[in-house]
Amino acid sequence: MRSTPQGQPAARRRRLPGLLGAISAAILALLLVAAPATQAASPSPTPSPTNQTFQNNISGFLRDDTRAPLADVTITATKGDFTGTAKSSANGSWNIGVPEQGTYTVELDESTLPEGITLAEGQENPREVTFSQTSNLSVIFAFGKGIVVQQQDFGQNLLNRLVAGLSFGLLLALASVGLSLIFGTTGLTNFAHGEMVTLGAVLVFTFNAMGLPFWLALVLSLLGGALFGYAQDRGLWRPLRRRGTGLVPMMIVSIGLALAVRYVIQFYFGGATQQLPFAQSPEVQLGPVSISPNNLWSLGISAVVIALLGLVLLKTRLGKATRAVADNPALAAASGIDVDGVIRLVWITGGMLAALGGILWAYYRPGVTFDMGSAILLLIFAGVTLGGLGTVFGALVGSIIVGIFVELTTVFGLAADLKYVGALFIMIVVLLFRPQGILGRRERVG
Amino acid sequence: MDFGFILASAAGEIFSPTTAAYALAALGLAVHFGYSGLLNFGQAGFMAVGAYGFAISTLTFGVPFFVGLLIAVVASSAFALLLGIPTLRLRADYLAIVTIAAAEIVRYIVTTNQLTSVTGSANGLAAFEGGFYAMNPFPAGDYFGMNNRDFFIRVVGWALVILCCTLVWLLMRSPWGRVLKGIREDENAVRSLGKNVYAYKMQALIIGGVLGALAGMVFTLPRGAVQPANYGTELTFFLYTCLLLGGLATVLGPVIGAMIFWVVLSLTQGILYGLIESGAVTWLNTVQAGQLRYILVGVALMLLMIFRPQGVFGNKKELAFA
Repeated sequence: MRSTPQGQPAARRRRLPGLLGAISAAILALLLVAAPATQAASPSPTPSPTNQTFQNNISGFLRDDTRAPLADVTITATKGDFTGTAKSSANGSWNIGVPEQGTYTVELDESTLPEGITLAEGQENPREVTFSQTSNLSVIFAFGKGIVVQQQDFGQNLLNRLVAGLSFGLLLALASVGLSLIFGTTGLTNFAHGEMVTLGAVLVFTFNAMGLPFWLALVLSLLGGALFGYAQDRGLWRPLRRRGTGLVPMMIVSIGLALAVRYVIQFYFGGATQQLPFAQSPEVQLGPVSISPNNLWSLGISAVVIALLGLVLLKTRLGKATRAVADNPALAAASGIDVDGVIRLVWITGGMLAALGGILWAYYRPGVTFDMGSAILLLIFAGVTLGGLGTVFGALVGSIIVGIFVELTTVFGLAADLKYVGALFIMIVVLLFRPQGILGRRERVG
Repeated sequence: MDFGFILASAAGEIFSPTTAAYALAALGLAVHFGYSGLLNFGQAGFMAVGAYGFAISTLTFGVPFFVGLLIAVVASSAFALLLGIPTLRLRADYLAIVTIAAAEIVRYIVTTNQLTSVTGSANGLAAFEGGFYAMNPFPAGDYFGMNNRDFFIRVVGWALVILCCTLVWLLMRSPWGRVLKGIREDENAVRSLGKNVYAYKMQALIIGGVLGALAGMVFTLPRGAVQPANYGTELTFFLYTCLLLGGLATVLGPVIGAMIFWVVLSLTQGILYGLIESGAVTWLNTVQAGQLRYILVGVALMLLMIFRPQGVFGNKKELAFA
């Protein structure tokens, strides 16, 4: 096991109160940063049985074959003795809040459809739908003769899931590259990384709800993610490294931080699922693949960002310094590299990448919740471990494998609510045969 | 604000069955982490295996109580074996990631709609505790303000805690326990003495896992229901907080830690709710007060690990990590 440089015993005593102050300051800062969300989210204290107060939603858009929205169509969702009803609004959107996840029967009242509009041939009505992991479930009804609901064509389905998986894998990679860089340079397995992911999406929602334009909200939340990374390193991890705290205690400290931050976010944001602007969009046909524009954007953005990061790591002095620190911190320090500076930069970059990943994840699910980051934390870990702990390109490859695997398992008959199990299981199996991961260097890890 | 009531309900937490369950599970973590240095982040998974193993064997196969108990213990041992084979040769952080992943796999599997007929999916299972309460020797009546059912589960739960504490204490002062502590201090030194480190670690993992399974049963019996949402990763982290509140490599530490944990949670809840109801605190609603308590748990875990990593009553010399 590697250990961080040991601090002087005298300095150690002096730093204890400082450290305590730094932690409380960090928590306080978080509370302050998140404070505006109270006005924005304002979770209602007394739940009343309206659509908004349920944490789970079944929703969708009703559009006819010319893509014109269909208003005032009644849709009901039933499960056991629960029945929820909604009418589609002027833009065709409808939303039914439901008390719990599970399988629902969704029925569209065909008598409320406008003149001349009928359901497409082969469109099941009523139909059974099942929640999978997320608290929002999109249901699409097809109309007219233009779009005929295709019988699930296996090859088509495979291709669609493959592209969706690639998009998911790349957004996972954004988070896991940061995690892997942090692990590589400091040895810390950061369990609070999921909260850094959540923060990005929550900040976009908050800034947008405050009335800022969308692009500004995006920029500010990325900066917020970077700031959170910097503050964490400055206020918590650097003092701990100076004290010579071991890696296992630091890992447990990161768990405490994750719990604290997760519930601070819930404290202000509430337990409900919120949607970012433009969260719902109909799928478009792109050659043989049908994909939602959001997924396409997500795919493009994460691919470009990761390519840029790879370029920086491979070609610039800074990137070389980072890789040198990841390889051997002591040797890097001896050859004149500012190790603390590199680590600070890694935390800032990691925070920003995680925030970006969180925003894209909010569009992929879709929805923003206080625990959205911790929901994919283990998939991020799986990606990093698969690729090889501490290797940046390994984390990229591992995450893409995890993303595609998660999406493809549903094609091959695994139930949607078990799709994360496959990825976690594969991680354990790979550890059996290749503990250093796919791109990891062969070394003793036991 | 009724301080008498708040104090009484906090004191009631000291001997509640949930506290007993936390104490047992944290004792299992003490065997894993405190004595052997195994970083098990999947104790919630062991508890789930115990609870579901018992509930499913009772409901689906209709076995008597003690057979169900045996099945739960065997299932958790098998789970420990499965986890241990790939990971015990690896570094501590690998074991951490694999155990937490395995615990989540267990939770996903008992939540899935595919197995609703066996596991009850998200709603869980209920009405499996009949066999247990049929053995209740206490006739109906009033026992210290409790009915005979509540009293019986407390007696059984805490008897189990005392029994397990004694066993762990005896184990840890035996030659076997000394080897285990040696592995924690320096694995290679013990290996060079000709001990099979892998086998010792595996035995420790199984013993702690069985304690977790027993804890899972004590946790679900008074509720009469087992639900997957109770066995998330947070449960494991709360157990670590209990362990650190007590002492890492101690026998009584986890028990006292669990008591402190629940008393403090109950006190903060009572006081916060009281303040909100009396109108003294207006910037907080009762839902947020519940979240504030978990923020406190997280901060407490951080501070304990930073300033007193051996736990409040632990011995600094017996630290699983340098």
